[in-house]
Amino acid sequence: MEVPILKQGEVLIATFQAALSDADLNHLRMGLVRQVVKFRSRAVIVDVTAMDVMDSFASRTLREIAHMIRLRGAETVIVGIQPEVAFAMVQLGLTLEGVATALDLEEGLAYLNEKFKTTN
Amino acid sequence: MPAEEVEVAISSDQDIVLARQKGRAMAVELGFSSGDATLIATAISELARNILSYARRGKISLKMVHASNRQGISIIASDSGPGIRDIRQAMRDGFSTSGSLGLGLPGVRRLMDEFEIASEPGHGTIVTVKKWKQ
Repeated sequence: MEVPILKQGEVLIATFQAALSDADLNHLRMGLVRQVVKFRSRAVIVDVTAMDVMDSFASRTLREIAHMIRLRGAETVIVGIQPEVAFAMVQLGLTLEGVATALDLEEGLAYLNEKFKTTN
Repeated sequence: MPAEEVEVAISSDQDIVLARQKGRAMAVELGFSSGDATLIATAISELARNILSYARRGKISLKMVHASNRQGISIIASDSGPGIRDIRQAMRDGFSTSGSLGLGLPGVRRLMDEFEIASEPGHGTIVTVKKWKQ
């Protein structure tokens, strides 16, 4: 299953679907980092609103994506973690430490705009 | 009448997705809240992943269970893999021998109401978990 990646100015937006396999997630990790390089993007928003399960593999992959993108000098924001998914993640002991999160796409973009403003 | 029992063979990462989808569907069928259905689907995902990383293949059996005054779902993850030598150690947070996160089993126990594990080194592992409807 392909994850659509949308380019909006200096920001890339990747929208996760519900039923992503490990292979899809690995594929996406490489795809996102490549596109950040190609477009010289300053930030990536990963929208996980549709994801109904965030298990240890998915959250580790998200953390890795964020860390790889940071090494490129860009920011990652995870948006749209559903309340039930957040509850399950906490019970499982999964954290997204060091990764920015926001309520939804709009908040994610607002966060990045603030951030760009202060660094410019 | 919905199926009371579903079995999913686990031998690839696609099967993990299939198993947790079937588990969620059964949980919703049983009338679990969507929050509980998410906990159940997440537990299935972790159990199926353990099968894949430690034993390469195995199966997940999902069953509706009925007690005198309550209903629930039982999930049995079984494999004929290498087994677990030290179950106490495997149940400790942060322990892993496959280089994964090592949150698997203790995390799954927190997600569910009942947790049982039986393992024989060289013969395999069976993890049985249950969640009861509130």
